[in-house]
Amino acid sequence: MAWSRKDLLGIAELSAEEIHLILDTAESFREVSERPIKKVPTLRGRTVINLFFEPSTRTRSSFEIAEKRLSADSLNFSSSTSALTKGESLLDTAMNLQAMAPDLIVIRHGHPGAPHMLARRLKAGVINAGDGAHEHPTQALLDAFTIRRHKGTLQGIEVAIVGDIEHSRVVRSNIHLLLKMGAKVRVAGPFTLMPAALETLGVEVCSSLEEAVTGVDVVMMLRVQLERQARLRVPSVKEYFRLFGLTKRHLSLAKDDVIVMHPGPMNRGMEISSEVADGPYSVILDQVESGVAVRMAILYLLSGAREP
Amino acid sequence: MNGRHLIFRGARVVDPSQNLDAFATVEVQDGKIARIEDDIPSRDGALEVDAAGQVLVPGLIDMHVHLREPGQEYKETIRSGTRAAAAGGFTAVACMANTSPVNDNRTVTRHIVEEAAAAGFARVHPIGAVSKGMAGEELAEIGEMVRGGAVGVSDDGLPVKNAELMRRALLYTRHFGVPVIQHAEDLDLTGPGVMHEGEWSTRLGLPGIPGSSEDVIVARDLILSEDTLGKYHVAHLSTGRSLEMVRRAKAQGLAVTCEVTPHHLLLTDQAVAETEFSTDMKMKPPLRAELDRQALRKGLVDGTVDAIASDHAPHHPDEKEVQFSSAPFGILGLETTLALCLDRLVRPGLITLERLVDLLSCGPARVLNLPAGTLAPGSVADITFFDPEKVLTVDRDRFQSLSRNSPFGGWELRGAPLSTYLGGRRVQL
Repeated sequence: MAWSRKDLLGIAELSAEEIHLILDTAESFREVSERPIKKVPTLRGRTVINLFFEPSTRTRSSFEIAEKRLSADSLNFSSSTSALTKGESLLDTAMNLQAMAPDLIVIRHGHPGAPHMLARRLKAGVINAGDGAHEHPTQALLDAFTIRRHKGTLQGIEVAIVGDIEHSRVVRSNIHLLLKMGAKVRVAGPFTLMPAALETLGVEVCSSLEEAVTGVDVVMMLRVQLERQARLRVPSVKEYFRLFGLTKRHLSLAKDDVIVMHPGPMNRGMEISSEVADGPYSVILDQVESGVAVRMAILYLLSGAREP
Repeated sequence: MNGRHLIFRGARVVDPSQNLDAFATVEVQDGKIARIEDDIPSRDGALEVDAAGQVLVPGLIDMHVHLREPGQEYKETIRSGTRAAAAGGFTAVACMANTSPVNDNRTVTRHIVEEAAAAGFARVHPIGAVSKGMAGEELAEIGEMVRGGAVGVSDDGLPVKNAELMRRALLYTRHFGVPVIQHAEDLDLTGPGVMHEGEWSTRLGLPGIPGSSEDVIVARDLILSEDTLGKYHVAHLSTGRSLEMVRRAKAQGLAVTCEVTPHHLLLTDQAVAETEFSTDMKMKPPLRAELDRQALRKGLVDGTVDAIASDHAPHHPDEKEVQFSSAPFGILGLETTLALCLDRLVRPGLITLERLVDLLSCGPARVLNLPAGTLAPGSVADITFFDPEKVLTVDRDRFQSLSRNSPFGGWELRGAPLSTYLGGRRVQL
């Protein structure tokens, strides 16, 4: 199949075929990062704007590296260095960017739906790099890419996602993606950080970390987003770690070849112990590596360019 | 032109206050209804009006609107808001107190009444604030405002949060016979919420407003109204559970009433997802779940609901065309309510035309104790005419309102307002 969307706003609206296409395309780009000269001319002459309204290290540098390895001309706007802090409306920002005729815009924004608002009004393709607690499609795609490399498939794989579910865009995109690809998903976390009616999405909601990880192929830990909570919804970090912090003991309940994932940044000693984060089951740095290949694939597909 | 003498012929006359639904002739003289009979002979000097194909009903009353004047005239003015009322088939509105300055004193109340009278498009009944500055601390001068024309009190936009203040308001308003109208919302439970808490808020990653945010306040207030015997009215009731509590309170004989909005009867939280975060789907209380919507519709049928009110809440496009979480709460209603109700409630057979007129005219008149909502001989000739078969497509650019924030743009509706009369005078837009 061929890619036909102008934008990548979320996983919810993608078909399994589209997801396969992105993952397969990413496989072919992975090899570029292993070359001594890590650059292909695929997007030469194309302009990509990275528009980050929220702080980001991993996602933004991953996009930037992907853009540079594809030879795109890229530039960055971040909220601390631009008119974004001067009270300009998102709509005005968008129209100004449009006037500069970019080919693609990568946007991260604290408000769900902000990328959709841009996509409706811009000719440029829009890539959602995280909108509030809504979606983070490129993260879910790189997670799937990582799982597929380790497990060979997503079909029938059992995944436990644990942590601050309510504030996580990663979990929503991952639930959509994993279910579309035939995996089974369990979630666990403090009920005070669990959004309403989560089971209607097709996942099993567990009441303990032990229950969630028993017999699974993949454990995906989420960061507790302390900065998004007006008041902490769990009594203390110590109590959180005791209830939902992943340790070696928990991994003994999972399948023997379990892999441990984390989208980062980690709060060591809160949701994950260092012995697990740095241990043999951890594929956390593989995720970061996969990110570049997956984002190259997405940039390539959305730009409508030809094969590298 | 109060001396004017009019005879309307050929209309279907629907007046629930007299159990009337029949083709009849209506005679208006000196600004009042003179009589309604099968046939009335022509008289010298009487203007004959052919109303064949039209429905003639007591003037419609929207008991919950925001006219934004004084203070926010860029959103709406008394003039533009009452023009919107007339265009929508309403002869009267009750306007909320959350203006700037707040309508918490007789001077502001009089200003609203006088501006409305000068404009002349619809009657305006001010709702005074419960508390000074809507600060939720001390009672406002309710007696003075009632003397100036206020017909109820409410801090709408905000709840009366303090239970002791609510108790005092319910006691004090008994002197004047006006209801305390509550915007029932526990702001702590709402927190940062921007839409109904449920499957769709979870899918969209938007902070939710649980139904319990409304229910705990309604439950508390019903207990207080039982103890005080005060008149209590729930504004824009939106959940099945609150409706059930009101139903039980009524059965118990309490002086409790409630209103629902057209949008809560017709839309659900899913609309936020279907429109990809349209801010015209953002209001308080939020669009609720399908089960709530069904419960409200049942309340229309069984009589629990006293009134349909629009909660007409104009906002400027610059304020609404932002990301969903940042947009202000509220949508327009005056120019779509009648057509929506005719097409989506009466035409499918959920309620009768007579019941609709009760909800849009007699009911609000009863709740606010207004001398309106009837065509009984001797009553003021405030009349609404509409055509139940005329098809219209909602065009937001043709609204009389200064704002455009309606979720119903583009809806094709059968049933359209035609004209209104105030005291026997046709309102000219």
